[in-house]
Amino acid sequence: MGSEQQYIDLYKEAREMIFSHAPEPMNVVRDEAFEHFVSSGFPTRKVERYKYTDIQKLFEPNFGVNINRLQIPVDPYETFRCDVPNLSTSLYFVVNDMFYHDEKPKGHLPEGVIVGSMRDYPELVSKYYAKQAKTSEDGITALNTMLAQDGMLIYVPKNVKVDRAIQVINILKATPQNAQRVVPDLMVNRRVLIILETNAEIKILFCDHAADDRNFLATQVIEAYVGENASLDLYCMEETHHKNVRVSNVYIDQQANSRVNHNVITLHNGVTRNKLDLTFNGEGAECQCYGCVIADKQQHVDNNTLIVHKVPHCTSTELYKYVLDDKATGAFAGRVLVEHGAQQTASQMTNQNLTATKEARMYTQPMLEIYADDVKCAHGSTVGQLNDAALFYMRQRGIPLKEAKLLLQNAFINEVIDHMQLEPLRDRLHYLVEKRFRGELNKCTGCKLCK
Amino acid sequence: MLEVRNLHAKIGDKEILKGIDLVINDGETHAIMGPNGSGKSTLSAVLVGNPLYEVTEGEAFFNGKNLLDMKPEDRAHEGLFLSFQYPVEIPGVSMNNFMKAAINEKRKYQGLEPLNAAEFLKLMREKRKVVELDSKLANRSVNEGFSGGEKKRNEIFQMAMLEPKLSILDETDSGLDVDAMRIVAEGVNKLQTPETSCIVITHYDRLLEMIKPQFVHVLYKGKIVKTGGPELAQQIQEHGYDWIKEEIGEE
Repeated sequence: MGSEQQYIDLYKEAREMIFSHAPEPMNVVRDEAFEHFVSSGFPTRKVERYKYTDIQKLFEPNFGVNINRLQIPVDPYETFRCDVPNLSTSLYFVVNDMFYHDEKPKGHLPEGVIVGSMRDYPELVSKYYAKQAKTSEDGITALNTMLAQDGMLIYVPKNVKVDRAIQVINILKATPQNAQRVVPDLMVNRRVLIILETNAEIKILFCDHAADDRNFLATQVIEAYVGENASLDLYCMEETHHKNVRVSNVYIDQQANSRVNHNVITLHNGVTRNKLDLTFNGEGAECQCYGCVIADKQQHVDNNTLIVHKVPHCTSTELYKYVLDDKATGAFAGRVLVEHGAQQTASQMTNQNLTATKEARMYTQPMLEIYADDVKCAHGSTVGQLNDAALFYMRQRGIPLKEAKLLLQNAFINEVIDHMQLEPLRDRLHYLVEKRFRGELNKCTGCKLCK
Repeated sequence: MLEVRNLHAKIGDKEILKGIDLVINDGETHAIMGPNGSGKSTLSAVLVGNPLYEVTEGEAFFNGKNLLDMKPEDRAHEGLFLSFQYPVEIPGVSMNNFMKAAINEKRKYQGLEPLNAAEFLKLMREKRKVVELDSKLANRSVNEGFSGGEKKRNEIFQMAMLEPKLSILDETDSGLDVDAMRIVAEGVNKLQTPETSCIVITHYDRLLEMIKPQFVHVLYKGKIVKTGGPELAQQIQEHGYDWIKEEIGEE
């Protein structure tokens, strides 16, 4: 215990203020979340799912929290140009942890589809909010629930298919333009609720960007309910900078015959921790989880997944690939839990990693826990270096060592990118990844402010 | 073309080459034969700069330039090519991308503009014919899932693409059936010009009947112990190496 105190004090002092600037459904669960946070605190490294990231330390510094919900004047359309060519998306912004309202028409959403702030839809929100993300079970989720004051709601009604991908840009920005005084480093608490009714379909792409050269600490909780025969493609791409800390918890509930594609891409970051809890609650559902990490310098990326097969006839596939250079640290811990009676489960978990230097560290821990007797499950992981024989073969053909390495690294990571369904994003990722390996991608490419 | 003087090399602590002298002039084809473990592959590896081997003594000049000072990729750019005994599989890197990188790096070294896509594809098409290579291979990963014969043909195809001055064929005939060997040999012959030279490392004279070398060297225990004309290869085929070992005073 140590880092918790400042958050406990903050809550006690500013409770009224937090409540007054937040919608009712978020306030209803707030005090309970606080109690859970007080009793559990931050997870220590002795907690199995947190053993590779020192959460206490990440939350130690003094960050400012925008409790009064002051608008940081920013025109995201000016600040940010996401240039995924040929990707025509419905574009939304979350500035720090506030949904950005603008007057631009969003006429292309099919009828009944909601993409907006949680403030505006209390009825829907109260039905689903904080039900999956149990504050009693995770200190980060508890902290996020006790501090989050706004969030994003994405709702797709029954039988509706949203063709155009929804793109949400999470912009981190601490300093107002032309700021006269020094503002503190910023902590943000993002919250997302995704609800897909029966037969609904949607693709959502979250891009994390930092528009300031400041220290940021972002917590995030995403809860997704995927109804019967519904289909969710969820992409989370992080392209921030080395002063950014991201702690994300994603919860997904899958009903019968639903399909989920969950993709996590870390191109640039400081310290990143992504947790995924996915549960099959209906038969015949399937999920594919892909992760792609490129890290160098002192960057740290920790992906932790738990897939629970509660019912029979579900299929889960996981492929996470890391390329670690310099003194980067990577961690992957995945657990597939096949519960009693979940027969005919098919599950494949793969984690493959390249360490380019002797100082780079990879921790990998694939786990299977099976309580049914008619299942097909496999898991495996590898940590290795680039193939010397292949490198020499390429050099003999006149390809310089640096280029040869690049080709091999690209080939390695492309295997996971090629699985991603959103084609324009895939092309864009090929391009970004290559630039990243060439060292030309020092910060995010999208933000003018970083240039 | 190539001048090697008193070349010594080791891998780990094991000395393998113990003083090689070899001169190859423009337009010449030399065969190197010798019992297993005599250092044939090591010689080719050292010439192309495989970092696993360490040169401890001696010199090697390639068209007047000090070969041993050059990086492997620059040796390739200067026109040195090795057809690998065991071509390496590179999953995820397509033949197309691989060759494009190789060709354009060489052009860059020569101060030329890179080939555009159309020019490159035309070149690929032309050169594939040399070894009757299937066009489908272009989109597959380098050597991945290729049969033994396809791998060796793919080596000669790359040789055709890169137009080297000196090619070293390291047991390109091993593992090939008669037809594949004919295709490979014909491919190599088509690529021969008065300005290019070739070193053929082999155990059998069958390939040498098709690629006619002017010189045959016998490498034994890290040294060239005998040099002769094409008839030497035939003698070895018939009598083995014992008589040569006796000649140099060994059992």
